[in-house]
Amino acid sequence: MLFVCLSLLAGCSDTWNNPYPADDQRANVVYSAFSERPKHLDPARSYSSNEAEFTGQIYEPPLQYHFLKRPYELIPLTAIAVPKPRYLDAAGRPLPDDAPTAAIARSVYEIRIRPGIRYQPHPAFARDAAGRYRYHALRVEDTADKRQIGDFEHTGTRELVAADYVYQIKRLASPRVASPIFGLMSEHIVGLKELGEAMEKASKAHPDRPLDPNTFGFAGAEVVDRYTYRIRVKGKYPQFIYWLAMPFFAPIPWEAEVFYAQPGMADRNLTLDWQPVGTGPFYLAENDPNRRMVLKKNPYFHGETYPADGDAADRAAGLLADAGKPLPLIDGAVFSLEKETIPYWNKFLQGYYDSSGISSDSFDQAVQFSAGGDPQLTASMRDKNIHLVTTVQTSIWYVGFNMLDPIIGGLAPEKQKLRQAISIALDYEEFISIFLNGRGIPAQGPIPPGIFGYVDGEKGINPYVYRMRDGKPVRRSIEDAKRLLAEAGYPNGRNARTGEPLVLYFDTMASGPDAKSRLDWIKKQLDRISVQLVVRGTDYNRFQDKIRKGNAQLFEWGWNADYPDPENFFFLLYGPNKKVGRGGENAANYDNPEFDRLFERMKDMENGPARQAVIDQMLDIVRRDAPWIFAYYPKSFGLRHDWVKNVKPNLMANNTLKYRRVDPAQRAQARLAWNRPVLWPIGLGAVGLLAIIAPAFIAWRRHERKAA
Amino acid sequence: MMDIQPVILWTDALVFALLASVLALVAFIRRHEHLRAPWGEVARRPMAMGAALVLAVFVVIGLMDSLHYRERLPDSPPDRPQYSVDVLSAFDALVGTLRTQQEKTYSAPLAMQLYAKEFVERDGRTVREYPRLKYGGAHLANEAARGPDIARRVLLGIVQGLAVALLLFGLAAAWQARRSQRVYGEWLADFGAGRLGWPGRTVAAVLTLIAIAIAVLVHLAAGYHVLGTDKVGQDVLYISLKSIRTGLVIGTLTTLVTLPLAIVLGIAAGYFRGWVDDVIQYVYTVLNSIPGVLLIAAAVLIVQVYIESNPALFDTAAARADIRLLALCLIMGVTSWTGLARLLRGESLKLRTLDYVQAARAFGVSHARILARHIFPNVFHLVLIAIVLDFSGLVLAEAVLSYVGVGVDPSMYSWGNMINGARLELAREPVVWWQLAAAFAFMFALVLSANLFADSVRDAFDPRMGGRR
Amino acid sequence: MFAYLVRRILYAIPILIGVNLLTFVLFFVVNTPDDMARLQLGVKHVTPEAIARWKVEHGYDKPLLLNRAAEGGAQFTDTIFFRHSAAMFAFEFGKGDDGRDIGNEIRTRMGPSLAIALPVFLIGLAVNISFALLMVFFRSSYLDLGGVVGCVVLMSISGLFYIIAGQYFIAKLWNLLPISGFGDGLDAWKFVVLPVLVGVVSGIGSGARWYRTIFLEEIGKDYVRTARAKGLGEGRVLFRHVLKNGLIPILTGAVVVLPLLFMGSLITESFFGIPGLGSYTIDAIQAQDFAVVRAMVFLGAVLYIVGLILTDLSYAWADPRVRLQ
Repeated sequence: MLFVCLSLLAGCSDTWNNPYPADDQRANVVYSAFSERPKHLDPARSYSSNEAEFTGQIYEPPLQYHFLKRPYELIPLTAIAVPKPRYLDAAGRPLPDDAPTAAIARSVYEIRIRPGIRYQPHPAFARDAAGRYRYHALRVEDTADKRQIGDFEHTGTRELVAADYVYQIKRLASPRVASPIFGLMSEHIVGLKELGEAMEKASKAHPDRPLDPNTFGFAGAEVVDRYTYRIRVKGKYPQFIYWLAMPFFAPIPWEAEVFYAQPGMADRNLTLDWQPVGTGPFYLAENDPNRRMVLKKNPYFHGETYPADGDAADRAAGLLADAGKPLPLIDGAVFSLEKETIPYWNKFLQGYYDSSGISSDSFDQAVQFSAGGDPQLTASMRDKNIHLVTTVQTSIWYVGFNMLDPIIGGLAPEKQKLRQAISIALDYEEFISIFLNGRGIPAQGPIPPGIFGYVDGEKGINPYVYRMRDGKPVRRSIEDAKRLLAEAGYPNGRNARTGEPLVLYFDTMASGPDAKSRLDWIKKQLDRISVQLVVRGTDYNRFQDKIRKGNAQLFEWGWNADYPDPENFFFLLYGPNKKVGRGGENAANYDNPEFDRLFERMKDMENGPARQAVIDQMLDIVRRDAPWIFAYYPKSFGLRHDWVKNVKPNLMANNTLKYRRVDPAQRAQARLAWNRPVLWPIGLGAVGLLAIIAPAFIAWRRHERKAA
Repeated sequence: MMDIQPVILWTDALVFALLASVLALVAFIRRHEHLRAPWGEVARRPMAMGAALVLAVFVVIGLMDSLHYRERLPDSPPDRPQYSVDVLSAFDALVGTLRTQQEKTYSAPLAMQLYAKEFVERDGRTVREYPRLKYGGAHLANEAARGPDIARRVLLGIVQGLAVALLLFGLAAAWQARRSQRVYGEWLADFGAGRLGWPGRTVAAVLTLIAIAIAVLVHLAAGYHVLGTDKVGQDVLYISLKSIRTGLVIGTLTTLVTLPLAIVLGIAAGYFRGWVDDVIQYVYTVLNSIPGVLLIAAAVLIVQVYIESNPALFDTAAARADIRLLALCLIMGVTSWTGLARLLRGESLKLRTLDYVQAARAFGVSHARILARHIFPNVFHLVLIAIVLDFSGLVLAEAVLSYVGVGVDPSMYSWGNMINGARLELAREPVVWWQLAAAFAFMFALVLSANLFADSVRDAFDPRMGGRR
Repeated sequence: MFAYLVRRILYAIPILIGVNLLTFVLFFVVNTPDDMARLQLGVKHVTPEAIARWKVEHGYDKPLLLNRAAEGGAQFTDTIFFRHSAAMFAFEFGKGDDGRDIGNEIRTRMGPSLAIALPVFLIGLAVNISFALLMVFFRSSYLDLGGVVGCVVLMSISGLFYIIAGQYFIAKLWNLLPISGFGDGLDAWKFVVLPVLVGVVSGIGSGARWYRTIFLEEIGKDYVRTARAKGLGEGRVLFRHVLKNGLIPILTGAVVVLPLLFMGSLITESFFGIPGLGSYTIDAIQAQDFAVVRAMVFLGAVLYIVGLILTDLSYAWADPRVRLQ
């Protein structure tokens, strides 16, 4: 059987292991992979980065981040300009821009969008000769043979209008949509909470009827004219502008909702949650989350051009070569499902994926460190002309102390010392080198690099855990930790009063092959200061449950920035955001009134020296109180093949696919060269099989002859 | 005053209960000629004896690893001793340094350097090189001395192993000769010619090999990491040896759960028939129709919930891992009793129609007596065969379940966890192969000897049954 | 015959109810509707109100088994258990927690599962029977002994090793086949070869050994001796009589697994990235997607019962003395 297959293989293409159809060899598309099935592609619901990989290319919120500029800068996408909020007092009178926060009752954002932007081709817009919608009154029989969007013969388009944006904001409140940011946004957008309540009531009263957001009144957003709309925000909330660059605030055409609400659609996964309808540079042409997702160029795309305003480094990196060219530069992208890391990595090396993150275990093969400590590609990677892209993520991993815990919680000085001692003992430099292969930076505080408020160098170190030596931060010694532990009332890890050993509990979501070694490592670290650690690995639900009820002592957690503002990190430590009792994001249940007061001041300030001063104070408080062990800021190392151009990591933007360019000819050549089949094992196998069967056959013949 | 506090985990208790009942069974069998005969048949097969000896080594390690204790903390007050949260076992105490001598990260088998280059400060300059290991080969001056040192240790091990084996053989031979009241030389001649009535040569050869292997390992492990180290620098030989207990516990305790269910329900269904049969058939069809993995996943999750809601009961990581292991055994037992029960039901259906059973019924002998006297003894060989045959399957199943994420606790030493971790190591370049190879070798040795032994047992007890699976 | 079928199908209903109840209780002990909601809503900014809304939307806001607030029969029918199980019997599986229609998912994933499982089953059967015949032909010779030992050795290797070795050598080192993935229609064949090869090889050990004993048993029977006494050659005896009669127990034994082939193989599918029902189940377990798990359990149970019925039928077909009662 193998022979037949192999000869068949030999007949059809030169590379036997090509996972794509042979005739796609020279297509101008990007080949990529996704490791987890996206759960939601509805921009109102999707909130994870693996989903944003798709929604970001399809949906267009009014704003976007500049592709090249750092620090991150917001620029208009469908809007004409980045809106400036107008402030109103309680009586509705306009206030100057520098009005005190307390006086501001409302902020109004007025957004004008560009005319002439059109949606992707979609059957929801298709009209017949008389101008009626073709597919808006379908019966069950009509949809019986429709399995995917492509099965509808006719498509149409429509111009984007301001009302589509307002429609989407109302959708955020719909109980049927269940948007994850509804809770957060209803605290900020005027009337959203009331809208949600009204819609919930209506939904309960008529569970079978469609819930049309347009039939509900809403004070929070209004259409001014065809291309202009206004959003009203409670008080002053400068971070709101960042939300306008997320798909949550992208437009949704009402036609799509009507179209998908028809009988028989949902049973075939024909829902807005799975079949997006957007204005972006790409549309989802093939949607099979079990295997592959294919994006194709939107023929009606409104024509954006490649940015020309990058700095010298960008120019040197060749990132400005395409300046001024119309986007997108590729015809589409093929994303294949790849759950296991080994096939992912191997296919990348074989040239079947254009780029790859590096898992910790492929690391030695790909990257080595130069004498100066900079990562460099190994010779075998350089031979293949593979390029390395590194960037520090705007995320932090931390070990939280439950501040409500009687042993390790509380703000008393000896408790601070206990936590500081543990912070010193967990040697994250070693962790990064063993488990991350250097792909991380030991954290000095809650704010990662790339976010305003992060301070580099000596001033930025956490003096309670680090010391400067030769211009480099060095973790304090174990002796320091032991001394702190003694001052905290636990000399040699024993309670000074009772003599009981100090036993701590560490909760983690342990899973995956690495879990055991990681947990062993953590235990080993605390052994060094004679603190006994019991690691409790558990599953996601149990872990969440513990954190919510405040039953944990130490726990591992992380945070990934929503937007580039320090508020998005400090709010994780803001007292009123406590997890226990309030259900907020402050999982450590840290509550320091002084810190809270500073936070309230800092969050409304403009970036500048004054804000930095407040941030410095807050950092000092947090470092002294040590509610977290600031573990590390992860660094992402990405590899790309030489035929992929215009790659610059942008941690905020999720719509960078349109800037990407590939050289299909070069790729086809490389694939051919790297995937020459090795044939001798087949020969060997055949000979081996023959060696087993031949004597048997001979013996049988002899036997037969004898019998005959 | 005690320096240790014994800890009896749930599985420990069950393992020793199992050991006790096996010993009792052996004693019982020895006293009954008709039960002894098939075992005598097993003992006459060289393959079976060889496999049994290898199995015995595994069992001894597993048993030693089931004697758990907690060490007293070094400076705890004498009147109120305090103990470490680390749960150790007699086996840990025996291998001593193997457990504690941890390197920083990967090192190859018998290496004296780490597997990857690192920056090292030397003479005030930072150079990138392979750092020396803290323990492995630390006694060597340089790389050149490694080969001869290893050779010396291996040779020493072989010689010592041979010597020990020879000594043991001499003693055993003398004892055997005296027992059979023959001249020493005559016994030796019989031994050499294979006329002993039991496979003396095979036993002697296997024992010698085991002795040599142990001696060589002891010598090498004193100076090296024989099978290399893993990601956090733990000795892979130690991990592999610790995993033996997990494999054995799963293979044996699961059957312990299976047996009462299968025997009672299977025989009851076949013997009583009627509504009893209907109910039991219903239960096992229901259980059988649910895919095993899903049942196991549910059970493991339930145990998680139980552990989390009763943290006080499980104050050490070992206790938490142990209860999960026990739960895994329980649920695997619940999912696997149906096959044997079905077999026993069919057999009992046949037996109850036999004349002497019918006669006993007619004389008014109670059901309990009939079951105990006539039915159970006649199906016992089926039970035995099922036990030995299932064992290896269960050991293999553990690895698969750990991959799915519903196996033993991630913090527990097990071959499944080793394989799971080693999968990613294969993607490294150069490949880190030793953890996978070690898990493979140990698992293979255990399962192969179990399979070979099971084959002989089956042939001896029921030559007709052949490969039931 | 017809009466038999009707009775068996009626008998299946209480079994399926039992299966349903058991899985329901097992999984809801672990995963309360709150847990499910939280798992689906993600980590960031989840409020209790959002959880309550999710439960209402997904029909998990009712009591589990008994609704004390309701009247009469509704006490049992207006519950999560009833609402989710009753539909199941009409093969309406509803939606997974991720909002995708489970029935639709099962239909599209059945193909890839079969594309692996069926060839493994058929080719495996052929290969195992050939090996078994070879061993029987050379019974009591070194080839037979070697074969049996070889089988035991193959059996003693964990299935995971076969997969790891197959991927490492064939796909990675020798570039012969794609390492994982799946294709449309006939393009899929090159993704199928490797998993099928691995599946067949890992099954040889136990399969060939089992069939060997079946053939050996057959060869000891009187009619074989008669045939041989009539002067038939060994080869003809083997193929004419032993194979033909040995096939009956082999095939009737294999029938029970036939319907379960639809369920696919859990491990193979997830290693090779086959979008089949096996990897669906694994994903659902790992994501704790209860709705999918329950549907798969139900489907598995139905197929198992179908297998049992088919087995009975095949016995009756193979041996006319067996009557279906």
